[in-house]
Amino acid sequence: MSSAQIEIQLIACLVAVACAIPGTFLVLRKMAMISDAISHSILPGIVIGFFITQDLNSPLLILLAAITGVITVTLVEYVQKTGLVKEDTAIGLVFPLLFSIGVILIAKNANDVHLDVDAVLLGELAFAPFDRLFIGGTDVGPKSLWIIGIILIVTIALLIAFFKELKISTFDAGLSASLGFSPMLIHYGLMTVSSVTTVGAFDAVGAILVVALMIAPAAAAYLLTTDLKKLLALAILFGIFSALSGYWFAHWLDASIAGSITTMLGVLFLMVYLFAPSKGLIAVMYREKQQRIEVLLLTFLLHLKNHDEERERHVNHLNEHINWQKIRSKTVLDLALKNNMVSIDNNIVSLTEKGDEFTSKAINYIITNEDAQIEDMKDDFFLFRG
Amino acid sequence: MKEVQNKNLGEKNGTPASAGVLAVKVDDLTVAYNYKPVLWDIDLEIPEGVLMAIVGPNGAGKSTLIKAILGILKPIAGSVRIYGKPYDSQRSLVAYVPQKGSVDWDFPTTALDVVMMGTYGNLGWIKRPGQNEKKAALEALEKVGMLPFKNRQISQLSGGQQQRIFLARALVQDASIYFMDEPFQGVDATTEIAIINILKELRKAGKTVIVVHHDLQTVPEYFDWVTFLNVKKIATGPVKDIFNDDNLTKTYGINYKVSIQE
Repeated sequence: MSSAQIEIQLIACLVAVACAIPGTFLVLRKMAMISDAISHSILPGIVIGFFITQDLNSPLLILLAAITGVITVTLVEYVQKTGLVKEDTAIGLVFPLLFSIGVILIAKNANDVHLDVDAVLLGELAFAPFDRLFIGGTDVGPKSLWIIGIILIVTIALLIAFFKELKISTFDAGLSASLGFSPMLIHYGLMTVSSVTTVGAFDAVGAILVVALMIAPAAAAYLLTTDLKKLLALAILFGIFSALSGYWFAHWLDASIAGSITTMLGVLFLMVYLFAPSKGLIAVMYREKQQRIEVLLLTFLLHLKNHDEERERHVNHLNEHINWQKIRSKTVLDLALKNNMVSIDNNIVSLTEKGDEFTSKAINYIITNEDAQIEDMKDDFFLFRG
Repeated sequence: MKEVQNKNLGEKNGTPASAGVLAVKVDDLTVAYNYKPVLWDIDLEIPEGVLMAIVGPNGAGKSTLIKAILGILKPIAGSVRIYGKPYDSQRSLVAYVPQKGSVDWDFPTTALDVVMMGTYGNLGWIKRPGQNEKKAALEALEKVGMLPFKNRQISQLSGGQQQRIFLARALVQDASIYFMDEPFQGVDATTEIAIINILKELRKAGKTVIVVHHDLQTVPEYFDWVTFLNVKKIATGPVKDIFNDDNLTKTYGINYKVSIQE
C-alpha cells in the first residue's frame, strides 16, 4: 500500500466514525431526514466561505458552512411551528431552497471557483492526499485528515461529557426539561456537531455519502442491540468496515470511492436487515410463523379442555371438526406431544396435567392481560413475549 | 417526621419546607398554544402533604397545567412558586412522571437505566451516575416490585410494568413534590393498586403528590384533595368538601350525579 492509499483509508475511517456518533442520536430522535437537509443546505455556506477564504479547508469556511446547517434546522423548525405544514414538508421546502442558492452561486462564478457540483455531491476522496498541510515547511499530512481528525476528537469529547444529557433528552424530553437539562440546548448542540461533521466530511465524501454514513450504520446497529453504548460502538464499527471495504471495492472496480463506500453501507444494512437475530426480517417471519402455530395449539388445547366426550377428542374428529388441513393438525399435535401437553390413547386425545395447567394460565393471561403469571412461559413461547 | 424530612431536604440545594408555606402556588397562570388559551388565569394553592387529583374533561389543560408548573411550557402570563420560590431554584424538590405515551419505549435501554435517569437532576451537567445512584435506583425498583426486571429492555415490559418503572424513576429523585400525568392510564388492576399504595405512602411521609386523573369513580377512595379544571379552575379543596354534583357539573358541562359516593 502506498502512503496515499493509507491516508485515504484513514480519512475515510475518521469520517465514518465522526458521522456515526451524531448519526446514532439522529436515528434515535427520528431525525434522519434532518441530516439530509443539513448536508445539502450547507452548500451556499461552503461557496460563500470559499469566495472569502479561497481555501476549501479553511476553518472559517467550515464555520460558515456549519452555521448554514444550524440555520437550516432553525428554518425547518420555524416553518413547522407555523402549523401550516408538517415536519417532512418543512424539510422538503427549506433545504432545496438553500441548496439551489449554492448551485446558482457556483454556476455564476464557475470560472473563478475551483468547485464543481459533482465534487460537492459525491466528494473526491481520491484527491484528498494531494492537498497537504505544511507546518513550518514540514509536510504533516493531508489537510482533510487534520480537519476531520480535530472534528472527531471534539465530537468524542462532547459525547463523553454529555452522554447522560444526550440520552435523557432523547428518551424523555419532558423529564429532561423538568430536571434542568434544556432539551432545546442539547438539540442545537447536536445539530451544531452534525453540521460541523457534515462540512468536515463533505470535501472527502460529498453531500450524499455523508447522509449514508450518518444514518446507515446507526440504523443497522439499532436492529442488533438494545443497549445505547453497544449501539454506538456497533455503528462506529459498521462505519469503519464500510469505509475500508468500500475503499478496496473501489480499488478493485476502479470506481468512485465515495460511491463504493455507500454501496457497502447499503449491502451491510441489507444483511443486518435480513439476518439480525431478533429484529431481522427472517427472525420476524420465523417468529410470526411460530406465533401462528402457538395460537392454533392453544385453540386445540382449549377445545380439549372444553370437551370431555370421547367423540369430540378423537383424532379424526379433530381433523374434520376444527376444520384444519391434515398437515396443520399434525404440526399442532406434534407440538403438543413434544411439550407433554397431550397424550394419545387409542386415537383419543387427552390433556395431560401440564397441558391443562398451561391452558388455564394462557387463557387467564389473554383475558386479564396480567403478565406476572406467565413469566416462566415467555422463554418457550413467542406468543407471550409481547 | 417533620424534622427527618427537613434534614433530608437540607442536603439538597432547594429551600426546604417551612411552616405555613404552600408546596405549590400558582398565580394568574395563562398558557396558550398558537394564541389560543388552553389554561386561563389559573390561581391554585396546594398545601404541603396532600394527595391531590386534577380532574377535568379531555382538553381541559390538565397536563398543560403540570407542564407549565414544571417550566416545560412557557406560560404567557402568571407565576409559579414552589415552596415560595421560582421553580428553577427548587428543581431538586420536584419529581415528574410524564404520560407513559410521551416517550419511545423502543429506545435502546434497560429498566434500571431508565430509573437511573431520575438521579440525573441532582448530579447536574456532565457528572455521571455512580454506585450510589445505582443503589438508589435498585431500591426504587424494589419498592415498585420491578427488581426482577431490572435488566430487561424497556419495550419488553408490559404497560403496567412500564408505568412502575416511571414511578420508580420519580421515587429515586427523593423529591418533596411529585407530579404525575395519568399514572393509571393503561395499567392493570394490580398495578393500579400497587401505584396508589405507593402514592399513599409518599403522602404519609409528608410528601405532596399531584396526579392528573381520569377515573372519577376512584377520586374519593384514592385522594384527599381535588382540583376541578376546565381551561379555568373550577374548584380546589378537600375531596370531602368539594367533590360534589355541583362542581362535577360545572367542570364536565353535563348534569353530573355522584352516584359513586355510597
